Order: sequence, then C-alpha cells, then structure tokens
Amino acid sequence: MTGTPWGIILIMLPLAGGMICFLWPRVSTVLGLLTSLAVAVSVAGLGWQLQEYGVYRHAIGGWGAPLGIDLYADGLSLLMLAVTALVGLGVGIYSTGYFSCEDSQRFWPIWLFLLAALNALFLAADIFNLYVTLELMGLAAVALTSLTGSKDALRGAMRYLLATLLGSLAYLFGVALLYHGFGTVDIGMLAERVESYPIAWAAFGLMGAGLMLKTALFPMHFWLPPAHASAPAPVSALLSALVVKASFYILLRLWLTIFGPLNEGIELLFGLLGMMAILWGSLQALRQTRLKLLIAYSTVAQIGYLFLAFPLAMTTGASAWHAMAYLALSHALAKAAMFLAAGNLLRFGGHDRIADLDRVVQRLPLTAGAFALAGVSIMGLPPSGGFIGKWLLLEAALAQGHWGIAAIMLVGGLLAAAYIFKVLGHTFTQADISHEPVAVPASMEWAALLLAMGAVLLGFLASPIFSLLDIGNAFSLNGVSP
Amino acid sequence: MNWDALIPLLVVLSSLLPGLIIFGLAEERVRTRIVLNLLGALSKVVLVGWMLWGVYHQHYYETRLVLLPGLELVLRAGPLALLFVTLSTGLWLVTTIYAIGYLEGSPHRSRFFGFFSLCVTATVGVAMAGNLITFLLFYELLTLSTYPLVVHRGTEEARRAGQTYLAYTLFGGALFLLGTVWLYTLTGTLEFTPRGFVSGAGEEHRPALVMIFALLIAGLGVKAALVPLHGWLPQAMVAPAPVSALLHAVAVVKAGAFGIVRVVYDVFGVEYATGLGVTDPLAWLAAFTIIYGSLRALFQDDLKRRLAFSTISQVSYIVLGVAIAGPIATIGGLVHLVHQGLMKITLFFCAGNLAETLGIHKISEMNGVGRRMPWTMAAFTVGAFGMIGAPPIAGFISKWYLGMGALDAGQGWVIIVLAGSSLLNAAYFLPILHAAWFREPPQSWPHEHEHNFGRKETAWALLLPPVVTSVLAVAAGLLALIPFSPLDWVKLIAQREFYQP
Repeated sequence: MTGTPWGIILIMLPLAGGMICFLWPRVSTVLGLLTSLAVAVSVAGLGWQLQEYGVYRHAIGGWGAPLGIDLYADGLSLLMLAVTALVGLGVGIYSTGYFSCEDSQRFWPIWLFLLAALNALFLAADIFNLYVTLELMGLAAVALTSLTGSKDALRGAMRYLLATLLGSLAYLFGVALLYHGFGTVDIGMLAERVESYPIAWAAFGLMGAGLMLKTALFPMHFWLPPAHASAPAPVSALLSALVVKASFYILLRLWLTIFGPLNEGIELLFGLLGMMAILWGSLQALRQTRLKLLIAYSTVAQIGYLFLAFPLAMTTGASAWHAMAYLALSHALAKAAMFLAAGNLLRFGGHDRIADLDRVVQRLPLTAGAFALAGVSIMGLPPSGGFIGKWLLLEAALAQGHWGIAAIMLVGGLLAAAYIFKVLGHTFTQADISHEPVAVPASMEWAALLLAMGAVLLGFLASPIFSLLDIGNAFSLNGVSP
Repeated sequence: MNWDALIPLLVVLSSLLPGLIIFGLAEERVRTRIVLNLLGALSKVVLVGWMLWGVYHQHYYETRLVLLPGLELVLRAGPLALLFVTLSTGLWLVTTIYAIGYLEGSPHRSRFFGFFSLCVTATVGVAMAGNLITFLLFYELLTLSTYPLVVHRGTEEARRAGQTYLAYTLFGGALFLLGTVWLYTLTGTLEFTPRGFVSGAGEEHRPALVMIFALLIAGLGVKAALVPLHGWLPQAMVAPAPVSALLHAVAVVKAGAFGIVRVVYDVFGVEYATGLGVTDPLAWLAAFTIIYGSLRALFQDDLKRRLAFSTISQVSYIVLGVAIAGPIATIGGLVHLVHQGLMKITLFFCAGNLAETLGIHKISEMNGVGRRMPWTMAAFTVGAFGMIGAPPIAGFISKWYLGMGALDAGQGWVIIVLAGSSLLNAAYFLPILHAAWFREPPQSWPHEHEHNFGRKETAWALLLPPVVTSVLAVAAGLLALIPFSPLDWVKLIAQREFYQP
C-alpha cells in the first residue's frame, strides 16, 4: 500500500467543509461546490490507486484492527463512493438555483456532514464503525428532510426520525450480540470466526431487520413516501439516490462476508420481499396523482429489484451481484434526475399534480427530457444502465429456472413504463387550468438532464465498470473481504 | 484506418447526429434545420449506395462495440440488411422533403424533426443489427422515439393514442426481451447466422424453443400489426401525415415484419423452424390478418384509417411469404417489404395532401377531387392499383411470387387467400377512385388552404414526393428484372443467405 491516504481525505474534506460552512455561512455555496468537486477528484484518485495497487486498507493512527480503526475500500466501495460524488455534485449545482440564500446556508453544512457520513460508511471496515456512520447519516438526513420547516415536512421528518432511530437501534443490538459472541467487530475477523450459532442468527435477525427498515424494503417502506415526497427536491434526490442505498450497502456487505456463507434460506425471504416490493411499489406509484409521491413509490419498487439478487446469486454468484450493483448505480443517477426534474416542474407550475401539467414539453424541454431519459433507465429499456442490470438479472433468473422472479421483473418493467408515461403523456397536453409559469434557472434544468444522461450512458460502460467492481473480489462468497 | 468497420456506424450516425443537433435548435431557425436534415439524409444515401455496391461484390461491412462481457453491439450490412436500409434511407429523404412542406409554419418543428431523425436511426439500426440484443436495443429505441411523434399534436385524443401505442409496443417489447434472454441462456449466443443458430441447443430443448419462437413472434407481431396485436395502428393515425407515411406505413410495421424474417431465417433457420412445426401456425395467422385487415378496411370512412387497416393486411403478406418457407414465396414476401413501402407511402402522402390542401379527411368528402388535384390523385391511383395487384405495378410482382411460391411449397390454400384479398383490396380502393375521378365535385371543400398555389394544385414539397414514389412503384414493377431492382436484390439475398447449402 503506497501513496496518498485518499480514504482519510474523502472523510475529512466534507467534514471540514461542512464545519466551515456552518461557521461562515456567507461562503457556504462556493465552498460547498468546491468541496463537492474536491471529493469527486479524490474518488478518482482512490479509483486510480485501487486499479494500480489493489484494495485499499488504512489503519488510522497506525493502530490497526482489532484495536484501532481501519478504513477499507474495494471495487464495491469505490463504486458507491463514485456514485455518491457524482450525484452530490449534480445536486450541489442544482441547489444553487433551487435554494434561497438563507436556505442554502442551512442546506450546505448538513449536506456536507451527510456526505462525510456516507463516505465514512462506504470506507468502514468494522461493524461498529458502520453503526456510527449509519447513525450520523440518519440524523443528517432527517435534518435535511425538515429543512423547509413546513407542516408536511415536519410530519414526514418525524416519521422518518422514528424509523431511522429504530433501525439503527436494532442494528446496534446486533453489533453487541456479535461482539459478545465472537469477540471482535472487524468484518474480516468476524468472517473467519462466525459460526452458525443461535447468537449469530439472532444478531443477523436484528441487524437485518434494522437495515431493511432503513432501506425501506416492503413491508417496512411506510416511512419513505411521505419523507421523500415532502422534502425539498434536492434533498429528495439525495435521500432516494444515496441514503437508502447506504443501508442496503451495509446489509450487502454483511451478507457477502459474514452471513451469506452461513446461508439457511434467508435469501429466499429477501427475494420474496423484493418481488412484493416491486409489485406493491409500482402499483402504488401508478395510483398517485402527485408527481413526487409517484417518484417516491417508484423508489420502493426499485429497491425490490436489488433484493432479487440475493436468491439468484446463490448459484450464479458474481453475475447476479454485478447486475444488482449496476441497478443500484443507475437507479441512483436516474432517481436523482427524476426528483430534480420534479423539483423543476414544481417550481415552474407551482404544483406537482400530474394531470395538470401544462405543455411542459414545449416550455421546459430539458426537464421533460431529463424525466424521460431517467424514465428509460427506470423502466429498464435499452440503452441504459437499468437495461444492463435487468438483462443480467433476467438471465440469471431464467438460467436457474426462477420463473416467478423473471415474470415479476417483466411486470415491474411494464408497470414502471405505465407510471412514467402517465406523467410524460400529460406533459404534452394542455391543462384545463392554465397557470402562470415561473422561470426555472438553467442550472436546475441542466443538473437534472446531465444526471439522467449519465444513467443512459451507463448502458455502454458495463465492461469497464464490471472490471472495477471486481477489484478485491467482493462478490465471491467466502472470499477474503474487509 | 479500417473504413469497412466504420461505415455501418456512420450510417447510424448520419441521422442520429443531425437529430441531436436539431433538438438544440431554436424554433425559428428553419433554414439551418432544413440544411441539417437534408445533409443527413443525403449523406446516408451516399453511404448506403457505397455499401450496396460493396455488398454486391461480396464485400461485407461490420461494426462491433462491446456492450456486456460476452455480448457485443453488432451492426452488419449484408444483403438482407441493406434491403431494409435502402428502403428506409430512400424514403427518409423523400419524407423529409414532404415533412418540410407539410409542417411549414406549424409549431414545435425542432422537436418533430429531432424525433423523426431518431426514428430513422432506430430503423436502420434494426435493419443492420447483427445479433438479437442489438436488434432489441434499436427496436425499443424505435418504440420510444415514435411516441413523441404520435402525441405530437398535444391533444387529448393524441395522448390517448400514445398511451395505446405504448401499451401494445412495450408489452410486445417485454415478451421479446423474455424470449431473447431465454434463448441466450439456452444457446449462449445471439448472433444472426444464415440458416439459424438454435439447432445446436439440443433435442431436449425443443418445447422451450417453440415457446421462445412464440414469444419472439408475439413481440414482433405487435409492431408488424398481426391480428390480434394490431389495435394500436388505426389509433396512431392521429399523428401528422409524414409520421403516418414513413413510420406507420414503413418503418415501424416493417421493423416488426423484418424482425420476423430475421427470427425465422437467421435465428431458427427455416428448415429447423419448419421441423419444429411453428411456421404453419404463423402462416395461418398471417393469412387471417390479411383477410381481417381488408374486411375492416371496407367499413372505414376515414381515409387514413382505411389505409391503416390496409397496412395491417398488406404487411402480413411479408409474414406469409416467410412462413410458407419456400424459396419462391420468400422472394415474394421480402420483395413486398420494398414494394408495399413504396405504394403505401404514396397513398399516405396523397391522403396528407388532401387533408392539408382541402381539409379532406373522409372518403365521403372525396367526390370529384381528381379534377381539383389531378397529380395527387394520379399518384393515389397508381398506389391503389398496386395494392390491388394490377400489373405492371410493383404489387403484382409480390403477389405473383407469393402465389407461385405457395404452389411450389404445396400450400395451395394460399392462392385462395391471395385472390380473396385482392378482391377485397379492389372493393375498398375502387370506390375511392370512382368517387374521385367520376363524381361531381362539391361547391366548396371542407377546409381549403388559404394560401394560393398559383396554377399548381398544392405546394411543390407536397406534390413531388408522392409523384416520385408512385413512379418508383411502377418502375419496381416494370423493371423488375434489371440488376439492382428490388426483385433482383431479393433473389441475391435468397441465394446468398437463405438457401445456400
């Protein structure tokens, strides 16, 4: 291991940026953007380092596990960091047009704290650190949700707060049990020591339930739609694109290293819940009359796809995980773009009633384009990142004869098309009640469009991204990970 | 620099790039837009001409890009691909000119031409796709880029038509995706190969292969408007005339029919498909569609709807020719891909001229219109007689080969279908011609265009395209035996790709 400690930089940069923004609010916008940019550059640096020297491990203060704190990054962490940086950059640019000066000064410090928590989470190498970062992330996210202080926002944030606290508490109990049972919190050591004792299963039950709650897997998604729909658009984008993925990432890590090898049929439960999430989320999305709620329910459905990989990966291994990672990646970009586009429409017409969208295609072509392109990826149509993920997942399902999963995926795709084109259809027509349009800044339109284009471009980048993902072999069960 | 590997990509880009630039153009920059459109269309014509010459001399063009580990995006220009590419390229040029005239002064033209170019891109992509996943990619792109054209007018009716269109095509796309992935898990390859690649899958997979065939054909049948998957086509006629002309008479429906040709010949292989027993049901379905479309066409008063049902019927000739699974019938079916395109686009152009110049949308309003617009109606007459199958127009050649091929393959019942369909074609086209030429014109037309065209019956840009395509339709019939005629080219395809030992 040589060279720059990019991991430390990735955590310290946004932390320091956030502090300065808090202490010196007048520069927060400029400083925030600069920090986001610097984080993106650092991720690129880390990526280069991973490609040159393999996995990254840094013992903070030179202590090393099990006494000290380790930072660890492989291909999977890198990808999560990269998508966080990208979405963060897009949302940052968007927020310059979206927020008033005052709101902006409140937004940046909290968002940079959230960014630091996310980065630390993706770099954590032990389950206790994961807990700390999870808790920080949850609190920062709740604070962002309640940013506007409106009644709806506060109610949504309150529900969100309770859900997230309950989730982390359950997770913490699990950590305590594992530490009690196996005497370490380091993921790598746990992977070696853990055995199929009741205590391990109790721990996994608690941790899994807590993380599923935070990931909003059906039927524990109840908190997500109100929270994501009532938050300001850039915050909704961050929550849907990144925050739910972070808790999913922890669950995935635990599964890949500690609990997957024990395997007693839990993956079927994950698959079943995933399938129900797809159906329920899509049907609910189709029923909505408000755009932001529709997008929020679409997130519930899309999270279901991620869980389909668990049963499929038991025999196909890496291919199903690749598919899942790709779906997570493209969903992050597409969903962020969609929420940002919804924010533009809300600003433009003063409402987000789908049936009353008024000739948006003519008057806000970039926003309509962003929504449509993001929609292509969400529906899983080619060419897009969503298509690649869906193709691989479908292939795995059919190769193993999981016909139910294949059917649900296709139905989910059609339902997604139905709710997305329900919106797009109305963007062409004239509403009964015309309204005075409010100008939307170009930065907001372009931020949404660029993120959506990113989701579509992913459709052509599968090979290089898969080779990045394979750094450190995160996806070989029983492999040597953190 | 290897140009051969680049040309198929350039053919795709020659409409993609102008389209993307046009999206960014301000509405009032009419001239830039026209230049870009024509530049794209002409450069595509040149590139395709180059490839035609090369392929004729046993040269092949292929572009490969990695899409997924083990799966590539393949664009390959062989004889069969070029048949469809040439058709869509030529008609794109003509339709672009028509659309410039048709949409003059109407709003949102940048959006229109942008998506129009995307549709053409998707169509040539479908034509040149070298494996099923590439085909799927462009096939879905075609669905998506046609949608904004269907709802272009922004009325509630257009929006509903758009939803119907998507409901059908996306459902078909999902079936097609399922079939493709399933096939991939069985065979491990999706590359189009002359005489098919599935035969290596092994005997135990025969039931699965029958299912896959059904899934693929159902997915393609939606766009090819096979009954009972045809419901979207008459509704989609709400789109502006150039869209109906190029997309719903040529590009979209042909993409479906062309896909069926690919599946039967290059995925399953015609011998293997016959062995599976799947071609006969397909032939029956096509025959039923031919008769059903014609019957429904009889009862339409709206001109474009009658033409739409006629399209449903005529596209199935292609499917029928393929499904009969004999060399001569295949020639008849494939050549109809071109012939029907030329004739049907003529008819749609004429319908658009009537609507745009005189406000005529219904057949009952067409009395005496031949005197007011003789050139338009002359072109229409050529198209209509071609559809009926009267010599020497192109449609006759198709029907002749289809009939001969059916007898050759021992499927005499097809002759009855062909004869019945021709009778029905005559029954729904001849009254139109009679009304237009021999009835007295009314006092005033429903909605005459204010603009005075001088001694011409309508604008040049509207008049030339149908005249040109109707002349081409006659030429394709009269000169069927000279080199590079559609018939000659199809014989080349049959020789090189389908029935070579």
